Amino acid sequence: MKTLIFRTIAPTLTAIMVVFSIFVLLRGHNEPGGGFIGGLIAASAIAIYGIAVGVSEVRKALLVDPISMAGFGVFIAALSGLLSLGQSVPYLTGLWGYISIGATKITISTPMVFDIGVYFAVVGTISAVALALEEGEADK
Amino acid sequence: MESSYETALELDLPRAMLERATSAGEWNLILPVVIALMAGALLAMIRHSRGSQVGFSVLAVLAIIAVELDLFFQVLELGPVAMTMGNWLPPFGISFVADTMSVSFALAASLVTLVVLIYFQAEIVPREVRHGFYPLVLLLLAGVTGAFLTGDLFNLYVWFEVMLIASFGLLIIGGRKMQLDAAIKYGFLNFLATTFFLVGLGYMYGLIGTLNMADIALVAGQADPAPMTAVAALFLLAFGMKAAAFPVNAWLPASYHTPDAAVSALFGGLLTKVGVYALLRIMVALMPASRELFDPLLTGIAVLTLILAPMGAIAQTNLRRAIGFLVIGGIGAVFAGISVPNVLGIAGAVFYAFHSMLTMSAFYLVAGLVERVTQATDTRHMGGVYAANSLISILFIVLVFAAAGLPPFLGFWPKMLIVEATISQQDWILMSAVLINSLLTSIAGSRLWAHIFWRPGRDGANSEVPNDHLRELNSTEKRMALSAVCVLVGFIVILGLLPNLLFNAANFSAMDLLNPQSYITSTGIETGTSLTGETQ
Repeated sequence: MKTLIFRTIAPTLTAIMVVFSIFVLLRGHNEPGGGFIGGLIAASAIAIYGIAVGVSEVRKALLVDPISMAGFGVFIAALSGLLSLGQSVPYLTGLWGYISIGATKITISTPMVFDIGVYFAVVGTISAVALALEEGEADK
Repeated sequence: MESSYETALELDLPRAMLERATSAGEWNLILPVVIALMAGALLAMIRHSRGSQVGFSVLAVLAIIAVELDLFFQVLELGPVAMTMGNWLPPFGISFVADTMSVSFALAASLVTLVVLIYFQAEIVPREVRHGFYPLVLLLLAGVTGAFLTGDLFNLYVWFEVMLIASFGLLIIGGRKMQLDAAIKYGFLNFLATTFFLVGLGYMYGLIGTLNMADIALVAGQADPAPMTAVAALFLLAFGMKAAAFPVNAWLPASYHTPDAAVSALFGGLLTKVGVYALLRIMVALMPASRELFDPLLTGIAVLTLILAPMGAIAQTNLRRAIGFLVIGGIGAVFAGISVPNVLGIAGAVFYAFHSMLTMSAFYLVAGLVERVTQATDTRHMGGVYAANSLISILFIVLVFAAAGLPPFLGFWPKMLIVEATISQQDWILMSAVLINSLLTSIAGSRLWAHIFWRPGRDGANSEVPNDHLRELNSTEKRMALSAVCVLVGFIVILGLLPNLLFNAANFSAMDLLNPQSYITSTGIETGTSLTGETQ
C-alpha cells in the first residue's frame, strides 16, 4: 500500500505487536494468553508489515520460510512431551523447574516449551497463508 | 497466586493423577505417532533440500514400523496396553490404547507408506517435493496412526482433522485442474462428515459427560437410549461417509484417480479404513445397544454397497476410477461383517479391512505402472500390455483375485469368515450379497485385465492391431516402482498362503471388540464416570 502514513507507522506497529505477542505467550500458562493467541498477534503483525512494504520485503525480514517456522513449532511441541521420557511418567507430563534470580523466581516448564511450539506453528501457518494471499493481490 | 496453585495441586493429586511409575518400554505406544509427527515437522523445515528428504522419511517410517512390530507382538501376547497423557488419570487425560485391531491397522498403514515412498521415487516431480510431498505423507501417517491408537473420541476427531489437512495437501499438490475439482468434492463431503462427527461428539458429551472410549463403553448402557441412538446415527453417517459406503460414496471415485498413483495408493489404502476402524470401535465396542437397533440398516448398506460398487467398477472405463469402486466394494464386505455381531463376523470385518489396506494400495500402484506403460488413463486406450510387460499383468491378476476373494489369496480368508458368520445367523440375503460381490468383482477385474493386457491393441477398429503407444519402463521405474510393488504383492501372497497369524490377530480383535473388558481394564478405569460427570 502506498499511503505514507501507513508505511511510516507500520514498522513500529509491527515491532510493538511482536513484542506484545511474546508477552501474551509467556503469561499464558496461568493467565489469559498462550501460544495460540500470541501466535495470532504475531502473524497479524507480519501481515500488516506485508501490506505496508510488500511481501518480498517481509520474506527477506523473516529470514526463514514461514512453513519452516510452523514445522519448527510442531517439532518442539512434540519434543516438549519427549522430555518426560526419562522421568518414569507418561508422554506430555508437565515438568517444572525454578530458577531464582535475586528476589524473582522464574518458572521454566515443559508446558511452556509446548506453548512456544504452538506459537511458532501458528505464526508460521497463518503468516504463510497471509503472505500468499497478499502476494496474489500484488500479481493482479 | 503461586501458593494457591500448589495447594490445588496437592488437593487434586490423589484423585486425578497417576501414581504408578511409567517405564520407558511403555512408550512404544506413543512413539509411532510422535516419530511421524516430528519427522513430518522436520521434513517441513528442510523441504527445500531435495536429496536428504527421501532418506530421512524412509528412515522415520522404518523406525515407526519397528516400534509397531514390537507393540504388535506385545499386544498379541499380553492384551491391550494404554497410556494416558500428562500423568492424568483417565478420563481426565487423553488416553492412547492399543489393542490387536488398532496396532495391526497401524502396522499395515506404515507398511503401505513405506512402499509408497519407495514407489514415488519413480514418478518424482520436483515441484511436488518443493511443495512438501514428504512432510505431508508423514503427517498423513501421523494422523492415521493417531486415529488408530487413540482411546479418546475427541482426540480421534483431532487426528481425523490432521489426516484431512494432509490429504488435501497431497490431493492438490500436482496443481492440475482435475485435482482442484476433485479436492472440492472430496473436501466438501469430508468436512461435512467431520462436522457430523463433531455434532455427535457434542451430544454425547452432553449426555454421558465423557469422551474417553473405555469410559463410554462402561456408561453408554446406562444413558437414555433414545438420544444415544441419535448420537449413534450421527456417527454412523459420519463414518459411513468417511468409509465411502453406499449411498454416501460419491466422493471417492470422483477424487481418488486424480493425484499421482502413489498418492492414490496412500488414500485408497489408508483413508477409508480409518472410517471403518472408527465404525468398528464405536458401533461394536462402545455402543452395542445402538448397533443392534441399526442392524437392518447396516445390513441394507452392506448389501447395496457389496452389489452396486463392483457394478460401478464394471461400468467404468477409467482404470483408477474402476479401482475406486473396488475399494468401495471392500467397505461393503466390512459392513457385512459388522452387521453380524458374533466373533466370526467381526473378525472377518477386521481381517477384511487389513487385507483391503494392503491390496487396494498395491492395486493403485500397479495401475500407476500400467498408466506409465500405456501412457493412458482410460482402459479404452490401453491394450497389449501382456506382450510388453508380463510381470505387471501377473501382479494385476493376483490383485484382482485377492480383491475378489478367490483362494488362496489374502481376500479369501476374511470373506470366508464373513460368509461363515452369515450362515451361522442364517442371513441368506447377506451371504448371497457377499458371494455375488466376489463374482462381480472378478468380472470387473477380469474385464479390466482383458482390456489392458489380453487385447493386443486399443479399443475400436484397432483392437487387433498391436498397440503402438506402449513404452518400456525406464530403469528407475523398474528399480523403484516395480520392485516396491513386487515386494508388496509378494507380501500379500505370502500372507494369503500363511494366514494363521492374521486369523489369530483377527480373532483377538473381535473378542476385544465384542467384550471390551480388557480394553477398559488396560486404561485403568474401573467404575466409570457417572452420568453427571463426577467420579464414583
